[in-house]
Amino acid sequence: MSSSKRSSARLKALGALSFLLAACGMAWALGTGPHGAMPLDEQQKLLDKVMGTTAAGPPRGVDNLAWASIYIPADNAPNQERIALGRKLYFDVRLSKDGTVACATCHDVSRGFTDRRSVSEGIKDQLGQRSSPTVMNAAMFQSMFWDGRAASLEDQAKLPVLNPVEMGHPDAASAMASINGDPAYQSMFQKAYGRAPNYDDVGRAIASFERTLIFLDAPFDRYLSGDTKAISPAAQRGLELFNGKARCVSCHMINSSNPLGTDNLFHNIGVSARKQNFEQLAQKGLAAIQTNSDEQALDKLAIETNLSELGRFLVSRQRQDIGAFKTEQLRNVGLTAPYMHDGTLRTLWDVMDHYNKGGETNAFLDGGIEPLDLSESEINDVVAFLFTLTDKRFAQQNDAAFKEQQAQAAKQRPFRDDSLAHRETLPFEQRVMGAAGLK
Amino acid sequence: MSKIPHIKSVETRYLEERDRLFQGLQNLDRRKFLKVSTGAAAAALAAGASNHFHSFLPVNVAYAAPGAAGPGFTFAYISDSHLYIKKTNERFVRQLLRAVDDVNKLDPQPDFVFYGGDLAQLGRKEELDLGAQILKNIKAPVHMMVGEHDWFFDMGQHWNQLFGPENYSFDHKGVHFVVLMSVHEKDFWTARGMDPAERMHTVAGLDNAMQSAFEVGGPTRDWLKKDLDKVSKSTPIIVFSHSPLYKLYRPWNFWTDDAEDVQSLFKPFDRVTVLHGHTHQVLTNSIGNIQFHGMLSTAWPWPYAPQGLPALTVQMNRPNPFDSNDGLGDGQIIVHPDGMVDMLYNLWNRNPMQVKASYLSSGGKNDKPIVPTLASY
Repeated sequence: MSSSKRSSARLKALGALSFLLAACGMAWALGTGPHGAMPLDEQQKLLDKVMGTTAAGPPRGVDNLAWASIYIPADNAPNQERIALGRKLYFDVRLSKDGTVACATCHDVSRGFTDRRSVSEGIKDQLGQRSSPTVMNAAMFQSMFWDGRAASLEDQAKLPVLNPVEMGHPDAASAMASINGDPAYQSMFQKAYGRAPNYDDVGRAIASFERTLIFLDAPFDRYLSGDTKAISPAAQRGLELFNGKARCVSCHMINSSNPLGTDNLFHNIGVSARKQNFEQLAQKGLAAIQTNSDEQALDKLAIETNLSELGRFLVSRQRQDIGAFKTEQLRNVGLTAPYMHDGTLRTLWDVMDHYNKGGETNAFLDGGIEPLDLSESEINDVVAFLFTLTDKRFAQQNDAAFKEQQAQAAKQRPFRDDSLAHRETLPFEQRVMGAAGLK
Repeated sequence: MSKIPHIKSVETRYLEERDRLFQGLQNLDRRKFLKVSTGAAAAALAAGASNHFHSFLPVNVAYAAPGAAGPGFTFAYISDSHLYIKKTNERFVRQLLRAVDDVNKLDPQPDFVFYGGDLAQLGRKEELDLGAQILKNIKAPVHMMVGEHDWFFDMGQHWNQLFGPENYSFDHKGVHFVVLMSVHEKDFWTARGMDPAERMHTVAGLDNAMQSAFEVGGPTRDWLKKDLDKVSKSTPIIVFSHSPLYKLYRPWNFWTDDAEDVQSLFKPFDRVTVLHGHTHQVLTNSIGNIQFHGMLSTAWPWPYAPQGLPALTVQMNRPNPFDSNDGLGDGQIIVHPDGMVDMLYNLWNRNPMQVKASYLSSGGKNDKPIVPTLASY
């Protein structure tokens, strides 16, 4: 290839990139569909750019077995028709009662497939209790939702549609009535599943589409496969801390056979403890759950009431799960602020501050959560590492997010507590000993 | 005809006792008194059998009819904190703080909090002082017991200064409480020319065979005999000892060498319960008229002994090695009006376990504790 041809190819690539940038920049600056999401047609254009043509098989660096372990129900083998139907449904606001909310509203392509809000906003501008998790790579989780109450993407996809503070259809019939009149759907459902539109197939189709949203091609993966320059020296130090002193790897093991960086378990790290009296809540939770044990009632409870803060306990009813939430994936974590189930941590520096002080002291805290004694530069290194986990297709957005978070962290570190982090004060010490503490 | 051997194994005696219990069930008037918690607690435990809800309902004790020995009450315990100084190991300090926070939050407050021994790890003044400073913040009155880790550096000198005599008794709401120093050892150190630190380290090595077996010892048994002489035989007795007052597993000193002699002093009494530390686990036994319960540690859990485990013991979970709080905890003791006790194990990060007097009195037939699922992590 001649040098002029090469540079023209590069120019083309740059052109595509700048379109992407412009789209992202605009969305961040202006917002601007209903509920602050990027307008859905622009999201779809962005998605086309990002996805391009994806090769079959596992992304580079991902173990074949890990790839094969993605759960796909026998009756929902993916094909182009199902994926196309799912994509149409994903961007369709008619699945909400008032026609303002689509899946893509809270799982916005331009916002890391989430909504950059602490908690999500549904119909009639109602706020839920939990932060919208990203759809990127969600197919690889062993359970869905922050409390793992859905076992599959198929189950998950059907619940927000019927949740009164999310998409608000009173029942499946109402949701189906809103799209049944569309002849395009009549034919797409026929092609995809060989039958008339029905609610279970809505869930299946959306799940099929979501299984295409795999974003595992990050600088970290190139580093793992031997490119020592793929991540900065700071990020390399961060990786070492991640696997050592910072103890992240205890729950967020990340490697080619565990590409997401989650143990798929549930832990109380104290996020709820800042707001709630767990023991009182637990008793309320018991009463509610003994009368309502079906999935939809549980879903309602989790979103609408402060019992939501009990997390996994609402599903498992085990003491060890009080205030426990799913270990989130770390993939693309730079794009998915704010963090934790309630979106209370705005930056990854906040996240590090939270862990550095040993979480928030409470009677149900997971015993693996301990003060870490990380220095400022060590925190910076771990954060630098975390930003290497973003898929290269969002590299520009990732850089922008890094700078934004860095600026935010320079202004405010509300969860930082040096005394606890460096074990000068111990967890429970002030509660037990009073302000004077241990001599 | 051969003579019945003087010493029987703990299993043999347990099986004999169990047979006697089953045979004598109809005659056991005492069972009438063993009216245990009803209402919320009963409902909760019933629910717990199917879905483990029980832990979150208050354990309200509906006390038996008047005419029993006392009004019934509860007390709490913390045990086996094994403190080093904070600089050496802040985790154990934090875990004791957590236990104190637990008992301070109990509502209603317990009548008192009992500390089950091994406050320090190596018997140093700094370790004991640190422990004393933390325990001072317990809202309820505190009763202390000594463990071998508190003792063998200076042979109890500093512990005695901080907390008083190691053997004592007191009466509370119709129950006679006895606190025993049960971890004396025969002198293995003088002949070997050990200094205090070497002596302490030898004892602190749980399975260090150089040390001798724990014993209450002659002088303490004499003291105990005199103390019990003043107590009517119908008075319920609750005994605290650091080592289990029976013979479980010698290599780990889960053992009291003169256990039979001590047990015989309690034989004339109708109702005797022994609560012990040292074993760091849910441990349940019944020998003759005596019911035994182990206490949880706040420092680390021990595995179960490979042999000799009393058949009545329902084992707690295998602790998850990643969760440094797993298998640890503290607990409450519900004393019924007849003086018999239900033991509530407050396992941190697990569903609590309750071992009721009626479970032991029935030889394991009634009120079996909910068996934890072992496939847990």
